[in-house]
Amino acid sequence: MNAGQTIAIVHLFPTLMGTYGDGGNLLVLARRAKARGLTPQVVTVGPGDAIPAQGDLYVLGGGEDAGQVAAARYLRQSAGFKQAAEAGACIFAVCAGLQVLGTDFEVAGGAIEPGVGLLDAVTRRREPRAVGEVWAEVLPEAGSAAGLPPLTGYENHGGGTALGPAARPLARVVSGIGNGSGGPAGDGTEGVVQGHVLATYLHGPVLARNPELADRLLSLAAGGATLPDLATPYVADLRQEREAYVRSGKLSADSVRTRR
Amino acid sequence: MPVSLPPRARLALGAGRAAAAASRLLRRGRGQVVGGRVMLKVDPALITRLAAGKQLTLVSATNGKSTTTRMIAGALRTKGRVAHNLTGANMGPGVVTALAADRAAGFGAIEVDEAHLPAMAAQTGATQLVLMNLTRDQLDRGSEVKMLSRRWHAMAEQLSDKTIILANADDPLVVWAARPAPSVVWVGCGQWWTDDAALCPECGATLERAADGTGIAPWRCPACGLARPQTAWSITPDATGIVTPDGTTLTPHLKLPGRVNVGNAAIAVAAAAGRGIDPAVALAACEQVEDVDGRYINTTVDGHPVRLLLGKNPASWAEMLRIVGTSGAALVTVLNARGQDGRDPSWIWDVPFEQLAPMPVWVSGERRFDLAVRLDTAGLELRGVTEDPLAGLAGLPAGEAVDIVANYTAFQELRARVVK
Repeated sequence: MNAGQTIAIVHLFPTLMGTYGDGGNLLVLARRAKARGLTPQVVTVGPGDAIPAQGDLYVLGGGEDAGQVAAARYLRQSAGFKQAAEAGACIFAVCAGLQVLGTDFEVAGGAIEPGVGLLDAVTRRREPRAVGEVWAEVLPEAGSAAGLPPLTGYENHGGGTALGPAARPLARVVSGIGNGSGGPAGDGTEGVVQGHVLATYLHGPVLARNPELADRLLSLAAGGATLPDLATPYVADLRQEREAYVRSGKLSADSVRTRR
Repeated sequence: MPVSLPPRARLALGAGRAAAAASRLLRRGRGQVVGGRVMLKVDPALITRLAAGKQLTLVSATNGKSTTTRMIAGALRTKGRVAHNLTGANMGPGVVTALAADRAAGFGAIEVDEAHLPAMAAQTGATQLVLMNLTRDQLDRGSEVKMLSRRWHAMAEQLSDKTIILANADDPLVVWAARPAPSVVWVGCGQWWTDDAALCPECGATLERAADGTGIAPWRCPACGLARPQTAWSITPDATGIVTPDGTTLTPHLKLPGRVNVGNAAIAVAAAAGRGIDPAVALAACEQVEDVDGRYINTTVDGHPVRLLLGKNPASWAEMLRIVGTSGAALVTVLNARGQDGRDPSWIWDVPFEQLAPMPVWVSGERRFDLAVRLDTAGLELRGVTEDPLAGLAGLPAGEAVDIVANYTAFQELRARVVK
C-alpha cells in the first residue's frame, strides 16, 4: 500500500438497488480508506451511464424486483463492467445484487431473468420469505474472505440461492436463513465467494456492522495490501449487542410474523 | 341524525365500549384498538353501517397522514361535527372506534394505514380519498412501496364517480395509483424524497426529473409518457405559499414547522374546498394545528424547553434534519427497532445525517449503537450514548433548548413520560 494511493470505488445503480440502507456500505468504505491514508474516489453509476472499466472495487446493493431486473440488464450490456471483472477487479454485492451477479434468478410471477454470470449461483423464489437477524461464521474455505470474524446483519429476501461447484459459500449461519435454498430452513450457507467477487444477503448495512469485511474489500481493491488496524467507535458495542440478541432466544419469537 | 342501527350493531357498540373501558382501567392503553376489535368481531359490517350518511374523507400516506387528517378535521369543524381518529389508530378497529365515537357527526376525517386503505375505502364508501406519498418504511414487514402503489391502483380502478381522489402530483407512485379513478383533483404537495420513485411505475423505464431542488419539479417517463399532471392546487416553488385553482396565492402561517407541512396544508385545504369550505377559512383552521399526538409538541423537562419530533423512516427523518439543523437547540436522537418500528434499522443509513456534521448529538434508545455508528460515520460529534433519551439533559447548561427526534415506539414512550 502506498500512502495517497487512489482506490476507485464504483457504486453501481444506487437508485435502482439501494432500498435497505446499502448506500451506507460506500460511506464506510470511503471513511476506512481515508483513515489509512488512501484516497477513495467514489464514482456513482446511474441507469444509462457507462460503467468505468478501471475501477478497483465495484459495489452493488439490494433492491426490489423492478430495480433488480433493470440493474441486471444494464450490467449484462456493459462492456466496462465485463472488462473490469475479467481484469480481476474486486466486486461486492448485497442481497438482490448477489442474485444479479449469479447465472440467473427468478422474479415475482415466475419469470427467469439471466444474471451477469460472475457467480456460479442460481436463485429461485423461496417460501417463506427469509426475514430477520443473522449471525454467521465465515468459513475457512471462503477463499478471499477466509479468516474474517463472524458476520452480523439483517436479511430480507424471497429468493433461495443454490451454489454450483465454481462458487463457495462465504459463511455458515448460526442464526437466520442465509442463501436459503433446499427447503424452508435453507442449507445453512450464507453468501458467495468466487475469486475476487464477494456477495452476501446481509443488510445492516453489512460493512458498517462488519468493518473487517470492509477492510478485506479495500485490501483486495488495493492489490492485496495489508491495512493497519483501525478501531471504530461503537461497532464493538453494536456487535456484542446483536450477538447477545441472537443468542437470547428472543429472535425466534420476533421472527414469527405474517406478511400484510 | 345518526342512522338507526340493527340490534347486532347496537350490541357491538356496547361490547366495544366495555372492552375499551376495561383496557383503560387496566392501563393497557387508550382502548381504541381493543374496543374496535371487539366491535368488529360482534358486527363485521359495523364500519359500513356507521359510515352511512356521513361525508367521509380518508387520508393515507407513508408520512404526514396524522397531521393532514388533523388539519382536514379542523377545517371541516368550521362547518359541523367531525368524526376523527385522534390517536393514529388507523386500521379497521381504529376506524370503527372513530366512527362510533361521534355517531351524530355529519363529517368524518379518518387517517388510514396504507395497506388497509382499499378495504376501508370499500367498506366506508368514503366520498373523498386523500393520497399523499409512498416511501420506504418498515420493509421487514414486506410492504414494498411498489406493492402498496399497485393496491391503490387496483382500488382506484373500482371507484365510482361518487368518490373523488385528491392526490399528490409530485409522487409518481401516487399519480400512477390514482390515475384510473374517474375523478381526481391533483395537488402539488411537494415530494422531496425521490429515492423510491426512480423508475416509472407504469413501464419500469427511468423517470426524468427537473433537478431544480423544489418539491414540485416536473417529472416524466421518456418511454410511456406518464408525467406529473397539471395541478389544480399547488405549493409555491419555495414552499411558502399555496396556489388555489383561481390563481390566488395563500400564505400559510402554520404553527407546525417545515416545508412538508405546507404541502400537508395544501391538500387539506383542497379537501376542505371540496366540502364547500372557503380556502382562506380552511387554511386558518390548518394554522391552528399545534401538535399531532405529541409530534412537534413543545414541553419542559427539568427546566429545558423540549420539542418532540417524529423521525420514523428516511423521508420523515430527512425533513426533520432541516428543522433541527437550524433550530440552535441541542439534538437528542432515539432509535428503537420493535415490530411497530420495523425490526431492521438499516434505513438510518438512507438519512443524509452528513448535513448536520459536525453538530454535537446525543444518541439513545434500544438500538443506540446502530445509530451511534451511523452518526459517527456521518461526522457528528457524539456527546453521549445512553439507553435513556433524557439522560443527556443533566449535562446541558440550565435552560438550554432541546430537540428530540425519535422513531415510533421510542416517541410513544417519550411522549408518555414528558407530556403532562
